[in-house]
Amino acid sequence: MDGVLSVLLDVFRQPAIIVALISLVGLLLQRKAFSDVLKGTVRTLVGFLVLAAGAGVVVGALDPFGAMFQQAFDVQGVVPNNEAIVGQVLLDYGSAAALIFFFGFIVNVLLAATTTYKYIYLSGHVAFYMAAMIAVILGVAGFPVWGVVLWGSLLQGLVTTLSPAIVQPFMRKVTGSDDVALGHTGGAGIALSGLVATLTRSTKKPSRSTEDITFPKGLGFLRDTTVIVALSMAVIYVVVALFAGSAYIESELSDGQNYIVYVVMQAATFSAGVFIILAGVRVVLAEIVPAFKGISERLVKNAIPALDVPITFTFAPNAVLIGFLASFVGGIVGMSVMIFAGTAIIIPGVVAHFMTGAASGVIGNAVGGRRGAVLGAFANGVAITFLPLFLLPVLGDIGLSNSTFSDADYGVVGVLFGQISLAGGQTAVIVSILVSLVLVYVSSLVIRSRRNAAAAAASAAGSAATDGDVDASREDATSSAR
Amino acid sequence: MKFLAVCSSGLGSSFMVHMNIEKVLKELGVTGVDVDHADLGSVGPDSADVVFVGADLADSVGGLGDVVVLDSIIDKEELRTKVRETAVRKGITVPAGDAS
Repeated sequence: MDGVLSVLLDVFRQPAIIVALISLVGLLLQRKAFSDVLKGTVRTLVGFLVLAAGAGVVVGALDPFGAMFQQAFDVQGVVPNNEAIVGQVLLDYGSAAALIFFFGFIVNVLLAATTTYKYIYLSGHVAFYMAAMIAVILGVAGFPVWGVVLWGSLLQGLVTTLSPAIVQPFMRKVTGSDDVALGHTGGAGIALSGLVATLTRSTKKPSRSTEDITFPKGLGFLRDTTVIVALSMAVIYVVVALFAGSAYIESELSDGQNYIVYVVMQAATFSAGVFIILAGVRVVLAEIVPAFKGISERLVKNAIPALDVPITFTFAPNAVLIGFLASFVGGIVGMSVMIFAGTAIIIPGVVAHFMTGAASGVIGNAVGGRRGAVLGAFANGVAITFLPLFLLPVLGDIGLSNSTFSDADYGVVGVLFGQISLAGGQTAVIVSILVSLVLVYVSSLVIRSRRNAAAAAASAAGSAATDGDVDASREDATSSAR
Repeated sequence: MKFLAVCSSGLGSSFMVHMNIEKVLKELGVTGVDVDHADLGSVGPDSADVVFVGADLADSVGGLGDVVVLDSIIDKEELRTKVRETAVRKGITVPAGDAS
């Protein structure tokens, strides 16, 4: 009996198997044919192992970077990159992360079905990364595995429901409708951009839209993740290598190989690792996300899909580039402050500044024109530079690695719950999660009753409508919103 | 016949367009078309018969053969029209082609 139990435990300790089982459930729920179910399940299992292999490549390329940075500046240097850090996290916290990802989606659907926050978070990759970070935070807080999964799933559901909600007031200005929301872990930074753009907006002299500018083309290569990661890492590696010195690198790290050749190859290897991890993530999600989409469409009336940041890009292509540049400048300003303050140094991660900075630019432009785009994206850039710095100490051993989570939501959620755990232990974490749940329902009730009051006032003012007409018009409203 | 949706990371928006193309094809009653999604870096001219991208990526997909540019990747009506046109152009039978 003990033998069977220990075999079962060994099976469930394998994150690849957990992820494959989730995929299996998803495929069965979609009533796929047997061959598709078998194919999808095995592909997910292998996809996860591809992801883990990529993590090894990334770590191999980051280790010499950490050593060089330490040698050159005598502090920890951190490159925020979601794929790089998640690869490492999943080696230790993979099973819990996979379960939080799965049950967190169910909590998201339940919250969407029962509150006014109708957002279904369909950006599977960043949801998966968020689940990984929550697994770390709760693991470091000392919860047993079942506790990590239970409270983690509730927290994950809350985050994935609320992150689109705080961006939506600004998203409406971008898309001109309420049909689609933004589901990305940069949500807090992007909402901050909208807020900054609102505060700095001038009614007397409104700033013109970014789209009136004719902008030079040729920055299109920024959209190719593999190229931009390799190029930006090469620049960073070479700068750090120059400070660390050829003698140190050639004697300690490169085994005699020319130090510039060595670091450029390491930078390219880092990009190769990210490429492998992304390929793994793509395979893992290919079977799971369609199931999520199907389930949510069936269970949630008037569901609003929350999608990845590129959905904003076509609305204001100029704001995309302006937003990236402003956000990146914010990152460099933040890094300069850290150099003078003598803390660990967060090097601006180009991918994060591009994705969330661009979305911040589009949102900022929709709210406050050029000025809004520049200031909003700059605020996002500063935020995603300082948030990771405060995130490092609450991540335990993971915080000692040379990479970390890059977007604003990881910082906000991680720092908040990490500090709550440090201050009040597990009880405080549980209480905070439960209080947040209650607040979501209370705020939902308030919003709903306000909407009903507004609707009632409107129909009363309209004409001497009979009860039947009011019901009919309300039905029209819901069906057109769908 | 293969349709491929492409975005910069090959994770979020291309996946969404991929699922929406499948939905449209099903509504149109078209069969025999493989749909997939990929990142910009790994597609070549031989990756698919038709490549779908958002307007923001239109400049980066030169040399990928038959490219369909979507002005808005969340506009289902636009997608429906363009998928139907593409299917007709490729000589695929579209049972519900005239309906919508």
